[in-house]
Amino acid sequence: MTTSLHRTRRPVLPSMLKHGLLLLGALVMLYPLLWMLSSSFKPETIIFKDLGLIPRPFTLEHYVSGWTAIGVPFSRFYVNSFIISGLSVAGTVLSCALAAYAFARLDFRFKRLWFALMLGTIMLPYHVTLIPRYIMFFQLGWINTILPLTVPHFFAVSSFFVFLIVQFIRGLPRDLDDAAAIDGASEWQTFWRIVVPLATPALVTTAIFTFIWSWDDFFSQLLYLNRITSYTVSLGLRAFIDSQDRSSFGPLFAMSVISLIPAFVIFIVAQQQLVEGVSRTGLKG
Amino acid sequence: MSRELRRNLVAYAFLTPWLLGLLIFSAGPILASAYLSLTRYDLLSPPEWRGLTNYVVMFTRDPRFAKALQVTANYVLVSVPLQLALALAIALVLNRGIRALSLYRAIYYLPSLLGGSIAIAILWRQVFGLDGLINRALSLIGIQGISWIATPETAVYTLVLLRVWQFGSPMIIFLAGLKQIPREFYESAEIDGAGRWNRFWRITLPLLTPIIFFNLVLQIISAFQTFTQAFIVSGGTGGPVNSTLFYTLYLYQQGFSAFNMGYASALAWVLLGIIGGLTLVAFLSSKYWVYYES
Repeated sequence: MTTSLHRTRRPVLPSMLKHGLLLLGALVMLYPLLWMLSSSFKPETIIFKDLGLIPRPFTLEHYVSGWTAIGVPFSRFYVNSFIISGLSVAGTVLSCALAAYAFARLDFRFKRLWFALMLGTIMLPYHVTLIPRYIMFFQLGWINTILPLTVPHFFAVSSFFVFLIVQFIRGLPRDLDDAAAIDGASEWQTFWRIVVPLATPALVTTAIFTFIWSWDDFFSQLLYLNRITSYTVSLGLRAFIDSQDRSSFGPLFAMSVISLIPAFVIFIVAQQQLVEGVSRTGLKG
Repeated sequence: MSRELRRNLVAYAFLTPWLLGLLIFSAGPILASAYLSLTRYDLLSPPEWRGLTNYVVMFTRDPRFAKALQVTANYVLVSVPLQLALALAIALVLNRGIRALSLYRAIYYLPSLLGGSIAIAILWRQVFGLDGLINRALSLIGIQGISWIATPETAVYTLVLLRVWQFGSPMIIFLAGLKQIPREFYESAEIDGAGRWNRFWRITLPLLTPIIFFNLVLQIISAFQTFTQAFIVSGGTGGPVNSTLFYTLYLYQQGFSAFNMGYASALAWVLLGIIGGLTLVAFLSSKYWVYYES
């Protein structure tokens, strides 16, 4: 009797201690981010002197001066990034869903071979195909366009997501497919009307991670875009570092904060999807 | 048209985008890259056959290659274990039916989500710079700090910290793994009088080894390909004194600054070999330490 009482009652002190430590840890983790946010509102002269998180005095000057600091307004980079990320998401979701439906629900010759190849390309480092892809895009005259960054996404090059969606579709009951087939629905109708709506969670996960990856991408953008008007947010920020003298971090911080907004919005809105995506598949974010 | 043929045609119609992608963007480039790695090629004149020369040069006469390999290996060996240990420790604390679990989980995950961006690399450059946040804090207790990113001995460790800071995503994977361990195991162990420490070593850890293994492989592969942060912190040079010359940064320099595209292709194949080799070692060793329920 006493032991069971002992076991159900939560010890107050260790629990508070634990929460205290966890909160402290969370603060340490978030401190650099919060400090950057707050510094972006502080006058340049106190940024480095002030370790505090409340900007006093408060100024918006860095946002104003940062916006146009390298000649082309930051809004341009934002639009460019959105176009590239948006097209990448649309292409990846569509092409990966098509392939995944075939692998999960249809029967065809050489299915196992293709499936094995699909798995094989998941772990392939991007660098092995990098140089020939660059040469190909160079010869097509695609350098300095968004095509090298978007077109491959329409051909399901992120096989990882094909696999993710295949796994998800396999987990869906087949009853609805069968019922649709009896009603005379074609494979296309079954795919579009039944499987796609049911597979929405997997498609949303695919969309979220594709968006964040292409938004944060730096390597390929660095290779393929070298005209300042076609710069993305990543490239704009990088050019900004080079143009600044080392002592003025205010505008750089302001634009960095702006660049993080989309990922942060996704974090707030789709937290559950993110956590599930990571725990189910090991996606990094 | 026979039903058999029709069925195949329909399936291949669905598969077409992926199949074309496989041929045009993966299989073709892989073969081309294997060929280019045996040539000298600068994008403008036709490739010139060199046999295995690129590989021989790499392993015998290229000190920057050796340096890049050493820098990257050191980075992987230090950062991945630290990151996973922290991820596991916090996951264990969070797993005990704690209140506000989802809040903590979200906060600890945020750096993983934002960490790949240029913005965070810029922040890091500032935080560990000469008049950065760290030195400012140190000066409060009377210590005069150095520029951590401009000092060859410390530069790479600022990047190690950046990876460790992103322990949130492996932590989420550990949490998911911990949830799978049946409660009864602990209950019967407790009845048998096993203490907390014993329960961790005898139950939690063995049952978690598949997840540890998964995280390990995943993080090694991703750590080996670190590029953006090293590029931003060192201004694209891999400096100071090549101390942040990560492997992929060196590959980028060879391919796209020096336009040694044959050599860069050879570097890519060696990278594939290393990553494949490490994964293979992990898999082969797994039967000695990874516990699979049969």
